[in-house]
Amino acid sequence: MTDTGLGSLTTVHAIAAPRGYGAWRRLLRHRSFVIGSSIILLLTLAAVLAPLISPVDPSAMRVRFRFRPPSQAFWFGTDMFGRDVFTRVLYGARVSLFVGFAVCVVSGLCSAILGVIAAQFRRLDGAIMRLMDALMSFPAILLALGIAAALGPRVSSVIIALTVAYIPAGVRIVRAAALTVREMDFVQAAQVSGASSLRIVLRHILPNCLSPLLVHLTFIFAYAMLAEAALSFLGVGIQPPIASWGNIIAEGRDYATEAWWVMLFPGIAISLAALSLNLLGDALGDMLDPRLKGGE
Amino acid sequence: MEEVALIRIVAVKFLQAVPVILIISILAFLLLSLLPGDPALIIAGEQASPAAVEQVRRQLGLDRSFLEQLGIWLFNLAQGNFGSSLVLNQSVLSAVAERLPVTLSLAALSISFTIPVGVLLGSVAAYFRRTWIDSAVMTVALLGVSIPAFWIAILGVILFSVQLGWVPSSGFTPISQGVGPWFASLALPALILSLFQIGFLARMTRSAMLDVLGQDYIRTARAKGLSEWRTVGKHALRNALILIITATGILLSAAIGGSVIIEQVFALPGIGRMVVQAILARDYPLVQGTMLILGFTFVMINLIVDILYTLADPRVRHD
Repeated sequence: MTDTGLGSLTTVHAIAAPRGYGAWRRLLRHRSFVIGSSIILLLTLAAVLAPLISPVDPSAMRVRFRFRPPSQAFWFGTDMFGRDVFTRVLYGARVSLFVGFAVCVVSGLCSAILGVIAAQFRRLDGAIMRLMDALMSFPAILLALGIAAALGPRVSSVIIALTVAYIPAGVRIVRAAALTVREMDFVQAAQVSGASSLRIVLRHILPNCLSPLLVHLTFIFAYAMLAEAALSFLGVGIQPPIASWGNIIAEGRDYATEAWWVMLFPGIAISLAALSLNLLGDALGDMLDPRLKGGE
Repeated sequence: MEEVALIRIVAVKFLQAVPVILIISILAFLLLSLLPGDPALIIAGEQASPAAVEQVRRQLGLDRSFLEQLGIWLFNLAQGNFGSSLVLNQSVLSAVAERLPVTLSLAALSISFTIPVGVLLGSVAAYFRRTWIDSAVMTVALLGVSIPAFWIAILGVILFSVQLGWVPSSGFTPISQGVGPWFASLALPALILSLFQIGFLARMTRSAMLDVLGQDYIRTARAKGLSEWRTVGKHALRNALILIITATGILLSAAIGGSVIIEQVFALPGIGRMVVQAILARDYPLVQGTMLILGFTFVMINLIVDILYTLADPRVRHD
């Protein structure tokens, strides 16, 4: 109904991605792109290399070391069970980034398929879009909350719940792009020259919907991560003892006045990750949609 | 001619909302069937006696066939019966109505912070594009959409309630007990709730304003010697506001969605907190019914936003 999807801040125009060296050079000169991608790469690296960076077991309880403030031995301090918060934040990165990435990929695939179907097969358009309208009538976090609660507290439930919550915005973006591309000369030319409709969709329409979708998915990555943290904080997402940034904050909340470090550092980690993804999304939007060229 | 076209568009929008409402009703019904295993057993709890499980099963109509259940569900909905809570001993509708003032106050207050601040920040950034002012404003907006609200809420409680003692750390005071205490109990939660929305709206306003400022009619306005204030304040902002109307639906949705989390942090007895507690207490009929009511509400809100948009922008009518 309202045509602005979360994340995509202007109406979508399908524009072929810039190709070749020139595009890369321009990206590498783009300040937001460089900052955003560096931070997210660093965080990903930290998540992957967690066991090498910190040899401690993230759930090892040592009551002797309860509530130690940040120090040389415990960079981010320790929590109520004497677990090392730095290590838990590292391992939390694995869960949080994985959930964000998985939601991004799965909802991206579903959006691409449904969006192209809606644009290409006009008879299915109404049905698909009304279903999307229905899903979009629930605030995303509430829909995810309901689905995650019904499916039970597991990593997979959180991924499914958030995927469903974020598909509709993606479908709208792909559909709008596909409808624009369909009318373009090169598609008409392909039709006239006798290309099959499958070929037209795969070779011409889909590739040209990818850039707006890519920009959108970068924001979805950030939203999904924030939402996972919120669900886990509420106790409906990732359950302890598995560390996720959201549930570390939830556990640290009761001691926030005395042991502020337990909840402070995972919060900074989420903010940094979301910030870098938002920067990246802005940069990609700038590069792929020339109409947005307003600033960096 | 013009009016006929307008009425037609409004009628089409209304008609499109009908299947959406039907789909929402079915989706909410299906939510219960997502439960792995026997819903009656899950709702009654693992330790419940077989008789208690049977009673839940009968109470929820789970002993009937799937289609029968769906039929009863839709029939009840058509009569305004959204089911009853298992725990609260109350119908979903009255449970929601009881908590509505809290959530509504919170959302309204946060939106009344959001709209002026967000529009102002976005316009300033667009007007001073590519200067340090633009960068500074957009950095703030970016932080707004990146920092998790529940985290900043906890930090806010520590700073403003525990350390400074300016506002109560939790709980809600109804407006009937005075506007001052009511405002004090909601100021911090509403402010934190609006951080994300302000960031979102500022970013959206900036790009809408940049779009408008590049248009020919702005150049014309400048060329004919209108003051900057009239050009930007009246011509540009008014046109950008049309784009911003579309954002109100998203803002309201974000406010209600965000209140689920914020109410939990500040122990505000609103709808969001009720849903979370219902989930933790496995009171699924309450979750189901509440989501449905909120879904219906947003269909209506989106419909109104859509119609306003059509009224505000003559170009849409001719599409």
